Amino acid sequence: MKKGLLTFASRPSIAATGVTAGPLEQQSPFAPLFDKVYDDERSGLLTNEKGHAKLVEDACMIALSKVDSKPGDVDFLLLGDLVNQMTPSNFTAANLEIPYLGLFAACATSVSSLIMAALLTEAGMSQCTLAGASSQHNSIERQFRYPVEYGSQKPDTAQWTVTAAGVAAVTPNKAGNPAITKATIGRVVDLGMTEPLNMGAAMAPAAADTLQRHLDGHGTKITDYDVIMTGDLAKTGFELYKTLVEKAGMDTTTNFRDAGVEFYGNDSNFQAGASGAGCSSTVYFTDIYSKMMEGEYKRVLLIATGALLSPLSYQQKETIPCIAHAIELTMK
Amino acid sequence: MDEKKYATLEKKISPKPQIARNMFTAFVTGGTICLIGQGISLFYTTFFDFTERTSSNPTVATMIFIAMLLTGFGQYKKIAQFGGAGAAVPITGFSNAVVSAAIEHKSEGYVLGVGGNMFKLAGSVILFGVFSAFLVALVKTILVKFGVVSW
Repeated sequence: MKKGLLTFASRPSIAATGVTAGPLEQQSPFAPLFDKVYDDERSGLLTNEKGHAKLVEDACMIALSKVDSKPGDVDFLLLGDLVNQMTPSNFTAANLEIPYLGLFAACATSVSSLIMAALLTEAGMSQCTLAGASSQHNSIERQFRYPVEYGSQKPDTAQWTVTAAGVAAVTPNKAGNPAITKATIGRVVDLGMTEPLNMGAAMAPAAADTLQRHLDGHGTKITDYDVIMTGDLAKTGFELYKTLVEKAGMDTTTNFRDAGVEFYGNDSNFQAGASGAGCSSTVYFTDIYSKMMEGEYKRVLLIATGALLSPLSYQQKETIPCIAHAIELTMK
Repeated sequence: MDEKKYATLEKKISPKPQIARNMFTAFVTGGTICLIGQGISLFYTTFFDFTERTSSNPTVATMIFIAMLLTGFGQYKKIAQFGGAGAAVPITGFSNAVVSAAIEHKSEGYVLGVGGNMFKLAGSVILFGVFSAFLVALVKTILVKFGVVSW
């Protein structure tokens, strides 16, 4: 089924990235690449949600400062987060006064916003678009699970929502920067998983489906890429995803990575690893972006996965529908 | 892949809950909490004018107070991650459920936030606790009436 495939002939570029993160995230192996880290989960503000909005706004301003721009120069702002009705992104948009589209694809928003930015640029309607995704541990935990201080034993399959925001400035093709060349819009895949403390398992089939569709649709193979990185499957989900991909006859041993597995190193205090819309966006916009700028990676495939559940849907015993969007970046 | 096949694969690959280890840590944690409670009870009967029966009220209050402090300082969740049910079942777990919800919702104000959400987690414990106590009392009352057991 060759639907949902996108090719960007004009090769829009990621001209700059801005990444902010919370205090716990300072122990991430990617922390040296973060633009700004806060010593306080709320960035010294009154509520978690205000702290969340600050995280996003700072990431936007940092990305803009790197391309010598101010909010007035930006055509579109495409942001998403996981808080109800995405208020942190909305407040950021209110402060920046950039024409704004809020996007929700759960943790896959990092890629869905990049795809939208690339489309607007490809259409010749944008000279600079800010695209990004974010999450803040406390405000997401309280919404989807329990109060932060509530003592409940998390199973080994549980994931830890990161406090981080990653924003990219997408412009028409710019030599010396990674270019967005192809993308695949995911289908919602639901294989009947119901456990919100094992979201990696729910998301893995969506990632495998999008990978397969991207490879088949664009006529590429796994070995064409320096790295194929999923967003936040974490240990359990990543194992399942690799198993599914191997069952389809592909080799996953050389260039497969997962941001959720790597985000907190291998610290078992975070159970299976990281999750959250900020997880994939920060790793993509730090580690992957800088390795492309340095020339270590020439061609990468980024697949961000999102679990499209709500606290209401799982309390009503619904399954967890999941999505994965893929975007391909190349460096000349 | 169909749902059944995937469910089998998921079961195979997802790490199993370490039941034996969890039972052991729950036993140690719950036991330690109860031992502390016993010590406090002993303290009240030794140094104050309490009997074994009447000392339970101040003991429970003290345990709730300690758990409240531990919750506020971010320590109870660590104990609970280690101890599981051993930390959840004693009165300290109940305290943690109430206090954590109160802390969490302070940002929405005292009435709609703290007041409205404090028993969000503990509410069902209270409801079903009171209801099952009522049922047990009913059964015992009937049994006493028919002379099967005595108070």
